[in-house]
Amino acid sequence: MAFNYDKYLRLEKMPTLWCWGCGDGVILKATIRAIDKMGWKQDDVCVVSGIGCSGRFSSYVDFNTVHTTHGRTVAYATGIKLANPDKHVICVAGDGDALAIGGNHTIHGCRRNIDINFIMINNFIYGLTNSQTSPTTPQGMWTVSQKAGNIDPTFDACKLAIAAGASFVGRETMLDPKKLERLLVKGFEHKGFSFFDVMSNCHINLGRKNKMQSAMENLDWIDSITTPLSKYEKLTPEEQLNMFPTGVLKQDTEAREYCDMYQEIKDVHQGKRKVITQDDFEKKI
Amino acid sequence: MAIREIISTGNNLSAIAAVDAGCEFFGGYPLTPSSEVMHTISDLLPKVGGVAIQMEDEIAGICCVIGAAMSGKRALTATSGPGMSLKAENLGLAQMAETPLVCVNVMRGGPSTGLPTRVSQGDVLQAKNPSHGDYKSITLCAGSLAECYTEVVRAFNLADRFMQPVIVLTDETLGHMHGKAELPTLEEVKAGIVPRKKFEGVPEEYFPYECEGDQPAVLNPMFEGYRYHFTGLHHDKNGFPTEEINTCRDLIQRLEDKVELHRDELELNEEFMCDDLGENDVLIIAYGSVSLAAKEAIRHLRKDGIKAGLFRPITLWPSPAERIKHFTDKIKNVLCVELNIKQYTAEIERVSSRLDLEGLYKVNGRAISPHEIVAKVKEVF
Repeated sequence: MAFNYDKYLRLEKMPTLWCWGCGDGVILKATIRAIDKMGWKQDDVCVVSGIGCSGRFSSYVDFNTVHTTHGRTVAYATGIKLANPDKHVICVAGDGDALAIGGNHTIHGCRRNIDINFIMINNFIYGLTNSQTSPTTPQGMWTVSQKAGNIDPTFDACKLAIAAGASFVGRETMLDPKKLERLLVKGFEHKGFSFFDVMSNCHINLGRKNKMQSAMENLDWIDSITTPLSKYEKLTPEEQLNMFPTGVLKQDTEAREYCDMYQEIKDVHQGKRKVITQDDFEKKI
Repeated sequence: MAIREIISTGNNLSAIAAVDAGCEFFGGYPLTPSSEVMHTISDLLPKVGGVAIQMEDEIAGICCVIGAAMSGKRALTATSGPGMSLKAENLGLAQMAETPLVCVNVMRGGPSTGLPTRVSQGDVLQAKNPSHGDYKSITLCAGSLAECYTEVVRAFNLADRFMQPVIVLTDETLGHMHGKAELPTLEEVKAGIVPRKKFEGVPEEYFPYECEGDQPAVLNPMFEGYRYHFTGLHHDKNGFPTEEINTCRDLIQRLEDKVELHRDELELNEEFMCDDLGENDVLIIAYGSVSLAAKEAIRHLRKDGIKAGLFRPITLWPSPAERIKHFTDKIKNVLCVELNIKQYTAEIERVSSRLDLEGLYKVNGRAISPHEIVAKVKEVF
């Protein structure tokens, strides 16, 4: 039986403002299916979005929803989660939101390993505002702010998240919504900071001057730069340079989650345990 | 009225006040000279089951506080000038989304990095409109150690009443001053807590932003079955983005009117030795730590046969326009004393329609002494 999305959508807000053929809707539906699989009650979920096309995500889904300022999703979500540790918090941000203006918060959300699910919709461009360069825009592509061609080196968001300490890091594309849904469920089940780099198309504002004027052309390009991790690992370093691995790239189930660790601070101050020392941690530096 | 005596610093008292007022969340970033607020509250909150977190920057500090406040908690952040500048955009979102929170600004010398360890009142105008756009901010200003406590308590209650951020200005002098503060008892503070309004009906009939033109939104805590939307965009009665002409106009007008039409609930002043002032006597207008020096100066002046009094606004924004005008209409000799260059004097000139006010302004990071005020009064009047 086909999945019924109605329960989770704010139907009166349809149609979305996303362009025809945009991947954001596919990602929204995969997210809803993953939440449904988790069995989370709508009242117990908070979706926090930033600014950009992805920013509208939160207004279309029927949960507790917050549309924040540009780049600050993780910071808002940290307050919501720490104040309500038993609830489920999902951030949705674009590549500019998550890696440029909000890069610092992304790094520190990962570092704290707070139990937030961070979905970065990566369309390689500032789509809403007409094609400015984003941190993931490939070098050499045309953007409206670099019409001579983008010279800025390209960010690998997953490498950043892994290095910063996120305990779950995965990548999928909107080309395979089922795979994406499975990745999201794995991340949602994981306790700790779950970072998802979800590659999506923007044939309107990335594609229009980069020879990908249709959604399919844009998606073909995404397909050509991604490969499952198992295949990626067999590539030569030169081949890896132009390829992004997909799937679960990191899962550390031993890493301690921030709200749990904060409970120990409460315990110290409430006289339930001794003060926290380096002996309480595996890593001693 | 029973009195509680605590020997402490202004910054510690602000932290204690927040916890006493039911604050459950603190988010901040180290910023001299406000950091002791964070140091103290990070010990106090976990003790009572709350959370205090040092975030990665000032912006994250205010954002996590707004997040916690949206979820229904009383929440505090504390900072000083540079931090206020960084928090400005998100204070604007809290104004727009009508999220109550308290932001303590322990003022230091500016602009920019300025004089990090020295006193100033240079953020008074910033506190009026920290962020872009139209709204009416509420700013309280502590003038003593005790008020570092009582104004934070009042700020929490006002934030929940008006559903918006309330800024409490203290300064480096008060923040680091150590002494005895006479405070209301904890029972009295607890009894005075007025929590934010809550909608009790069925979710289908709940419209968080549908309210009278002079009233704040009624925002239920998250996770309790009333699912709605927060946004910094212009929004409709459910909180959803809209560009509908009348809705946009009504929203911004309401943000103005919910404060402007209820100034009486906000106004708080001290009138020190003002009762016997006549036309040719001296009125000093000062606020914050400067008022301590002004009071001392007034005692000296009166000994010397010069009748002087102090008018001290405690709620700086919105300004006590009528009361200021009452005094400036009556008394010819008015001296404004500030640790900035005419920031509040400009407001006094506006509401009094007088351009002949005398002023004593100091911007070198040092406090104003009673002696300087006495000398200025004798020089100009």
